Amino acid sequence: MITACAVADLPIGESVRIDGDPAIAVFNADGEFYAIDDTCSHQDASLSEGWLEGCFVECPLHAASFDLRTGVPTCLPAKRAVRTYPVVVQDGVIYVDTGSREAVA
Amino acid sequence: MRTVAVAGASLAGLRSVEELRKQGFDGRIVVIGEEPHAPYDRPPLSKAFLRGTMPAEELALSDDDFGAEWRLGVRADQIDPSTGSLYLSTGEILRADGVVIATGGRPRTLPGTSDLAGVHTLRTLDDAVALQADLLPGARVVVVGAGWIGAEVASTCRALGHEVTVVEAAPVPMERALGPVLGSLCADLHADHGVDLRLGVGVASFAHNGSRVTGVVLRDGTHLPTDVVVAGIGMEPATGWLAGSGLAVDNGVLCDTGCVTSIASVVAVGDVARYRTAAGSHVRHEHWTNASEQPVVAVRNLLAGATVETFRPSGYVWSDQYGVRLQLAGETGGADEVAVIDGSPDDRRFVAEFRRAGRPVGLLAMNNAKLFGRLRRQLTAPVS
Repeated sequence: MITACAVADLPIGESVRIDGDPAIAVFNADGEFYAIDDTCSHQDASLSEGWLEGCFVECPLHAASFDLRTGVPTCLPAKRAVRTYPVVVQDGVIYVDTGSREAVA
Repeated sequence: MRTVAVAGASLAGLRSVEELRKQGFDGRIVVIGEEPHAPYDRPPLSKAFLRGTMPAEELALSDDDFGAEWRLGVRADQIDPSTGSLYLSTGEILRADGVVIATGGRPRTLPGTSDLAGVHTLRTLDDAVALQADLLPGARVVVVGAGWIGAEVASTCRALGHEVTVVEAAPVPMERALGPVLGSLCADLHADHGVDLRLGVGVASFAHNGSRVTGVVLRDGTHLPTDVVVAGIGMEPATGWLAGSGLAVDNGVLCDTGCVTSIASVVAVGDVARYRTAAGSHVRHEHWTNASEQPVVAVRNLLAGATVETFRPSGYVWSDQYGVRLQLAGETGGADEVAVIDGSPDDRRFVAEFRRAGRPVGLLAMNNAKLFGRLRRQLTAPVS
């Protein structure tokens, strides 16, 4: 479990990047929090800098769009999904559960 | 409509095939691609691929063939739109009810270098492989042209440890697109990374040893000894095969506002398409995003048999060079005012707004993707 930020620091429509290997992007999409790999599966770009629309984030470089719930891209040029991570909110703080990632690695 | 032929198997061709299926066309699609490769992404050719950090397999644009027949390594040599016939390099005649022209273009070459080894252009995967093979350790490189491709190749060659000289005939790089101040910033990027930038001077001739280039002679008499020359001096649309077809051609295939040619069953997309803007002029874009966006509209109009939708360009372009990411949107050329509205060019992180008569018409961002993404959506529709 890693700490993302305080709920108060991530208003609706905003995103935050958690450095690490891999870096993780956390989004507030209309009040729901989602965490995915920060690096676009197509080419080197940070999805936390992307454009958020509903449950989808558009890569800031080539406009590939990812579903935050599944990590699956909806259009070219991305072909591979990015990983998603469970998000837990406790006492006003957002945590990302990276356990599944560790299990894979 | 039962058969659609797509001439060209790069991004614009692939996106056309994808759009045909997405928009419900379930007939036969035949794609004619001159290159032997399945559709691949060209932008990394001057960057990660050339540098050796991205293998060729990762360039593939799609894992899906969309149920189309992919005729790769085959060229369309001629077209007769009245009968929907494409004459292929294999001698076959392909009959189609609809045709998408997505043949792109060829890079301009430096006069007097056609027989010289060591002189390169960069557009295709094969071009990149050939250039890579010439970039032996210690090889000196002269890049002619300080546009996007030239700058990216120079940047990659520097990262690989080569001595690089960039020769640009204009006094400021990218001045037409970026204006004098931000164009000078591009010049600074070269200088910051140890590139010898020669501005305002053209190339006079090439020195050689009979088969290989050994130097570049500039118009001011300077002799630049070199092992490799890369020309980044623009491209010409590939329209030669349309001669005598009846299709209107003038620096590209002339189209209406919806990418439809003078014949309703033929549309054109990507680098080769010169479409009519709302203001009545004809423009052609040589950008990845354009090749990806135009097929949405062109295919809709092809399937409708008439121009039911007008193409609106996003004007989005990006470039990664010398460790910075540049992003442009809208119309940056022809602005009468440029203002930095966030960050600072000195910090290599900023957004600049291009204005015409006080109205924002274009954006340039450096290392500022998030704000750029927000601002480009606020740009009002460009007027050209």
